[in-house]
Amino acid sequence: MSTNTSTEARRGKAPAGERVADWADGRLGIYSLAKTNMRKIFPDHWSFMLGEVCMYSFIILILTGVYLTLFFHPSMNEVEYHGSYIPLQGQMMSEAFNSTLHISFDVRGGLLIRQIHHWAALIFLAGMFVHMMRVFFTGAFRKPREVNWLFGFLLLVLGMFTGFTGYSLPDDLLSGTGVRFMEGAILSVPIVGTYLSMFLFGGEFPGGDFVARFYSVHILLLPGIMLGLMVGHLILVFYHKHTQFAGPGKTNNNVVGMPLLPVYMAKAGGFFFLVFGVITAIAAIASINPIWSMGPYRPDQVSTGAQPDWYMGFSEGLIRTMPGWEINLWGHTLVLGVFIPLVIFPLVLVAIAVYPFIESWVTGDKREHHILDRPRNAPTRTAFGAAWISWYFVLMIGGGNDLWATHFHLSINAITWFVRVGFFVVPVLVFIATKRICLGLQRRDRDKVLHGRESGIIKRLPHGEFIEVHEPLSQDALHTLTAHEQYKPVEIGPTVDENGVERKVKGTEKLRAKLSEAYYGEESQIPKPTVEEYKEITSGHGHH
Amino acid sequence: MSSQDIPEENLPAEQDAHGAVSVADDKDPFADPGLPPHEHRIQDIDERAAKRSERTVAMLFTVSMLATVGFIASYVGIPHDKAIYVFPIGHINALNFALGLTLGLALFSIGAGAVHWARTLMSDEEIADERHPIEAPPEVKAKVMADFKQGAKESALGRRKLIRNTMFGALALFPLSGVMLLRDLGPLPGTKLRHTLWSKGKLLVNMNTNEPLRPADVAVGSLTFAKPEGLEEHDENFQTEIAKAALMIVRLQPANIKDKRELEWSHEGIVAYSKICTHVGCPISLYEQQTHHVLCPCHQSTFDLSDGARVIFGPAGHALPQLRIGVNDEGYLEALGDFEEPVGPAFWERG
Amino acid sequence: MKKLSARRRHPLAAVVVLLLALAATGGLYAAFAPASKAQADETSQSLAIDEGKKLYSVGCATCHGTGGQGTSDGPSLVGVGSAAVDFQVGTGRMPAQQPGAQIPRKKVIYSQAEIDQLAAYIASLGAGPTVPTKAQYGPDGADIAKGGELFRTNCAQCHNFTGKGGALTHGKFAPSLEGVDPKHIYEAMQTGPQNMPSFPDTTLSEQNKKDIIAYLNAVNGDDTESPGGLELGGLGPVSEGLFAWIFGLGALIAVAVWVAARTAKAKKS
Repeated sequence: MSTNTSTEARRGKAPAGERVADWADGRLGIYSLAKTNMRKIFPDHWSFMLGEVCMYSFIILILTGVYLTLFFHPSMNEVEYHGSYIPLQGQMMSEAFNSTLHISFDVRGGLLIRQIHHWAALIFLAGMFVHMMRVFFTGAFRKPREVNWLFGFLLLVLGMFTGFTGYSLPDDLLSGTGVRFMEGAILSVPIVGTYLSMFLFGGEFPGGDFVARFYSVHILLLPGIMLGLMVGHLILVFYHKHTQFAGPGKTNNNVVGMPLLPVYMAKAGGFFFLVFGVITAIAAIASINPIWSMGPYRPDQVSTGAQPDWYMGFSEGLIRTMPGWEINLWGHTLVLGVFIPLVIFPLVLVAIAVYPFIESWVTGDKREHHILDRPRNAPTRTAFGAAWISWYFVLMIGGGNDLWATHFHLSINAITWFVRVGFFVVPVLVFIATKRICLGLQRRDRDKVLHGRESGIIKRLPHGEFIEVHEPLSQDALHTLTAHEQYKPVEIGPTVDENGVERKVKGTEKLRAKLSEAYYGEESQIPKPTVEEYKEITSGHGHH
Repeated sequence: MSSQDIPEENLPAEQDAHGAVSVADDKDPFADPGLPPHEHRIQDIDERAAKRSERTVAMLFTVSMLATVGFIASYVGIPHDKAIYVFPIGHINALNFALGLTLGLALFSIGAGAVHWARTLMSDEEIADERHPIEAPPEVKAKVMADFKQGAKESALGRRKLIRNTMFGALALFPLSGVMLLRDLGPLPGTKLRHTLWSKGKLLVNMNTNEPLRPADVAVGSLTFAKPEGLEEHDENFQTEIAKAALMIVRLQPANIKDKRELEWSHEGIVAYSKICTHVGCPISLYEQQTHHVLCPCHQSTFDLSDGARVIFGPAGHALPQLRIGVNDEGYLEALGDFEEPVGPAFWERG
Repeated sequence: MKKLSARRRHPLAAVVVLLLALAATGGLYAAFAPASKAQADETSQSLAIDEGKKLYSVGCATCHGTGGQGTSDGPSLVGVGSAAVDFQVGTGRMPAQQPGAQIPRKKVIYSQAEIDQLAAYIASLGAGPTVPTKAQYGPDGADIAKGGELFRTNCAQCHNFTGKGGALTHGKFAPSLEGVDPKHIYEAMQTGPQNMPSFPDTTLSEQNKKDIIAYLNAVNGDDTESPGGLELGGLGPVSEGLFAWIFGLGALIAVAVWVAARTAKAKKS
């Protein structure tokens, strides 16, 4: 055919790269894909890179994890140790522990990879936590990104459990204690607890199965789901285009920044190596999870200071500070002392996960939002987030109560009581304080807009009065400080229509009005300066 | 306020795409002035500065190559069990340290080079990209709805209810096979959690010396751990059995024992309690000999061994089970039966 | 160095410094703890008892009573044995400075000769565990791995995997075993000072004790290798988590700030 020959003739001249791309385009349609994405714009802000920290840590985890599977034996058969670590020679231990020692002492570079893997896991979770807080406090979860918020939340939760199962694999004395705790928690579940425990462990604890089972969960099931979620998360980021902070030229229907090719290709690609490099250096410098000093797991041995990795710290706090309630009735036991923490554990996480939906219900706002809020301009949300973080950290203190006690010479009982009270009180105090601080900052912004920036120049007026000269802000700054919008509280509206017939007001409607008042009432936001106010002041006597 | 009457001041209309640098007019001093004009970096106007940047980037990439060579050299050259002292880290494994630092440097330099290149030599002009609503326009939606209706109608799913109902039934039932397959993950609990290896006549064997204990071996203020005779570390089910049978033995002055049953089940003030915490099963054994309190290192449940191992602090829900002990004809301590209640964490059927 | 000084200004650096300082305190103690000296001359046993009695009436009798019978401020010392004296005075715990949840280890104020005299006097009041000989706690013939198992069964629950110490109830604590003289560790096991239970030879044989001491020396001695790098106090996941947040995420955020920051412009108006 003529068209065929003509394209072939053209191909003969095209460079090799283009010919490959042509081939791929004919089969995959990559040109259309590249048309929309190759010069995709990403805004520059350090906090927008937190998600990348997580993604890269995850990739590092997969790479190092694959390496570790080449040497790790997920088996609980008891063997005698004859490796090169002297203080354990001749000890009975599971093959899992034995092979982990082998990786650490007898595989060259094995210890490094193990440490990179574990450090990357801690940083992955810490990164997700901070990334989520960034999204939360800037309101980046609003429409159209609610689904992506949930994807991210699921990644955090799955990351926690992947971390926990991985931590349990070496079958050392510390992680075994953690697994024992998990068994106890499962036993506390009413009615089915014992069955679940028997099914999970293949019989009584510890049995001979859990390492192999956790292994497949840790290396296959959970990371597989996470990989899918992460791809979805990224596709949505591309599809929605990134949010940006308010500023000159930045509107709700554009995105200002640098193109993917070449700047972000280099920056984001380079950042992967930076993250990998930093984590590797940390793994070279600092020891993590030295299982050889913990020894193999035995259910009758334990060490003080037994804690899970940090991301499970808040659940440890819950379990440590819960009073030992137990109800025995009709031959059955309700183990509230363990079961209540087990129920609160997911609730702590769900509390933050559902917040976006509550906020969108209160505001009733159905528009898309691509301009980020400054935390101060959403005082109630910011206060809620800060309260949640404080709640989380109070529980973390509870989870490490023994170390607080020894390192600060405190009584462990006193710390436990502090956490018991603080669980209820601290978030409330933090909520109130944060809201006040946000309102104070809003007032300051308002003053800045209306009266200008404090220049630091003191002027003496003819009649002797000293004043500080205020410089008016540039239009850029004026725009940035006033770009946010302020909601008005929802009103229930007339309860009696024009014919005098009383309308029934639904409970949810009342609740929404109340919440809206709490969010956007006079107490909860400082009205931003209006053009009229500005003009009145600037046209008048200037500064005062 | 519903979606219709939201103040629209921030919605598109007045904020045209970028670039339209509106004059700082008298009408609205807060108006968006548009993107600020692009300013040049040194590298954009001074070729020497650009060259410097280029050299820096090239140097970083070279450092990376050298570090990789260093990595290989360390891998080959350093024995895997060599320890070195590095201030202030301490005595560490030389190979791990060398491999980690060289690999870290190799990776970091690649990243630093790429980023420096992007920051100094690639264009830093900000570009604005337009956004389009995620929502489909109404005509697209109408088309989709029509297509769906057409498809649904052609499938006749709504009309042929028998097909629909049986299909849902089949789809709902088949996962049950998967659930059934999970049944053999483990045995049913039965009464497994109620029994331990202890039984009448079993000697209390010292965990440390592997010798049966005599009453004289247990001094006031001392702490001894014991296992049932016949259970050895090499036994196949050692882990599962010791998880329930581990025993903690202390001796109190009989006068100090407040609980009547505890005194009855003791021998000359020697009391034997389960070492497994009743909270979630940690081996509890932080014994304070002056207060007779024993603390769990995991969650700080505290038990009073002089008062029936009652819980005096922390999250545990009930006392530690006590093992009734006595002395056999040869003068060795022996169990007078199994624990009367299940050891370890509480569960629904415990009662 | 530059990196270090930059980190020093990190808001959370104080916490880390505190943790490191606490770990270092143990090391300093090791430097100040007196090396064990030869036993007092055997022939002067009765002389030693007399000297010990004098020292006792000056330094100890106020709390423990003139004849060691004990008062409301201090327990009876009859039958505690010389090992208890050598431990309590030799680690500086006695004489106690002030009452509290627990009498801590501090600077030793008596010389080893004086401690031996005190010990001889107390031993003369009633039979009790005697100060162990070097052969009992020395490293010869010890099985380190067995010692590790014994340590995890009997000691780690209070003193942590490698003897870093841990919390007990109401402000009491199990002290760190870092830098503690093997003799004192042996004596502590024998006598059960303060709230620590005792582990007499019938419970934990002489060989067992020797094994434990050898294990401790192997995992928590001056030359103990921490193959992976910084030990972070040997406290497990809490200090690791803190490190991951401060130095791991901290460093990555610092890098991110650099990556995302604008390059300096040629002219600044």
